[in-house]
Amino acid sequence: MKLHRIKGLMMRHLYLYKRSVPRLMDIFYWPVMELLLWGFISSFIEKMNLGGFNAVTVLIGAVIFWDLMSQSQRAVSVAFLEEVWERNFLNIFVTPLRVSEFLASTFILAAVRVILVGSVMSVLALVFYHFNLLTFGFALIPFVANLLIFGSVLGIFTTAIILRYGTSAQVLAFGFLMLLEPFTAVFYPVSALPVAIQWISYTMPSTYVFEGMREVIATGEFSYPLFWGAVGTNIIYAVVIIWFFSRMFAYVKRNGKLLKLD
Amino acid sequence: MTSKNSIIEVKGLAKEFNRVPAVRGISFDVYEGEICGLLGPNGAGKTTTIQMILDLITPTAGTIKIFGKEMKGNREEILGAMNFSSPYVALPGNLTAWENLATFARLYGVLDIKGTIHSLADFFDIRALLPKMTSSLSTGQLTRLNLTKALLNSPKLLLLDEPTSSLDPDIADRTRKMLVKIRNERKVTMLYTSHNMEEVEEICDRVVFLQKGIVKDFGTPNELIAKYGRKDLNDVFLAIAREHGIDKED
Repeated sequence: MKLHRIKGLMMRHLYLYKRSVPRLMDIFYWPVMELLLWGFISSFIEKMNLGGFNAVTVLIGAVIFWDLMSQSQRAVSVAFLEEVWERNFLNIFVTPLRVSEFLASTFILAAVRVILVGSVMSVLALVFYHFNLLTFGFALIPFVANLLIFGSVLGIFTTAIILRYGTSAQVLAFGFLMLLEPFTAVFYPVSALPVAIQWISYTMPSTYVFEGMREVIATGEFSYPLFWGAVGTNIIYAVVIIWFFSRMFAYVKRNGKLLKLD
Repeated sequence: MTSKNSIIEVKGLAKEFNRVPAVRGISFDVYEGEICGLLGPNGAGKTTTIQMILDLITPTAGTIKIFGKEMKGNREEILGAMNFSSPYVALPGNLTAWENLATFARLYGVLDIKGTIHSLADFFDIRALLPKMTSSLSTGQLTRLNLTKALLNSPKLLLLDEPTSSLDPDIADRTRKMLVKIRNERKVTMLYTSHNMEEVEEICDRVVFLQKGIVKDFGTPNELIAKYGRKDLNDVFLAIAREHGIDKED
């Protein structure tokens, strides 16, 4: 991998961000609105005094973590879609750029977005709801890293589907995570799910992160089994989905579809 | 490489899409320093061939060597020494001309990005356009911007897909002269597609005619005009496209 090529693609996207209000809104406005909405709901629930349930901490923490994963997934998918919308694939893939460098640049973009959104949301959560993300201490970094990786890997998956089926599948870039949300125990523990589908929940790295987050809130302790559960499932997803992406890329090259993604 | 020093060597190249052949085992060479026209009617297989040369489409059969090497295992080296320009493949309109050029300069690993862009922008007379949004440029300006992009990495091989289409005769003439100047000054080999036979006759040293996925004929424009007994390359094109050429006369 060559850094100058990764930087080139990253700069291409950062140029867009600096002058595009909708792109900036996607990073700042919507997450803030979501935080406010869930913050009000949490405050309301807390006023109902539900026997020791710390609604603000649990729900605001979940909202922030979920949004970070969502940002990561969208950063990867939208970076790919930008090239589709601008019909720029031919230009970039006749350069020495490798597919791995293309993916690496989108992953770094995702990390930048996660850091930006995470910073803004945590400051606002602290100011409005006295929720301190740093409560998680050491656990914060591995939790967020796992969400960043899982979000990016899912971004690569939606990208592979769009590669294969064209822009008719681009809605996945914006809505795919909604399909997972009920099963990955974002706002409630896995035990709240019907027993028959709890195993689905445990196939997702994000489930271990959200369970781990609740454990830190409840006991103040970092759960290594949950952490390694997230890492292990993330590795499996990353290997399988990168393999799947490479198969889809080979498919579109074989069928001459790389330049007909519309 | 052959004694003439082939820059592109295509051998038995074939491509099928869903079992429908688009290119049927073609072979041809493009030699160092020449401008070679790849000609043929719509559907002849020109675009598919160019995209296979650019490694955007995987061939069904055959080999392509560029600079004496196959793409597999040498992709970075080969693509780093060639470039492509087509008016049908616009640069992103939501970036400025400068941002587009800087992006591609980084992708090609250009060391002096600012100096290279300024020098080429002066050559193509687009310096004043650099801060403008690409979407706001005229067709002629976009063509010059595309050509600037195509020279960022000082390529040894340039693939040009109808570079003068949709240009008015004045700008088209300037562009052709510019391309000849680039070839002469920078020793760039060019593979050139066009439907304008007058222009092909003017700037191409040699042409390869494709028809229904096969190489129908090749040679210098004058050789082909003489061989087919026509007054110009346009008539040769019509003869080949309508299959009233050598096949029928034979």
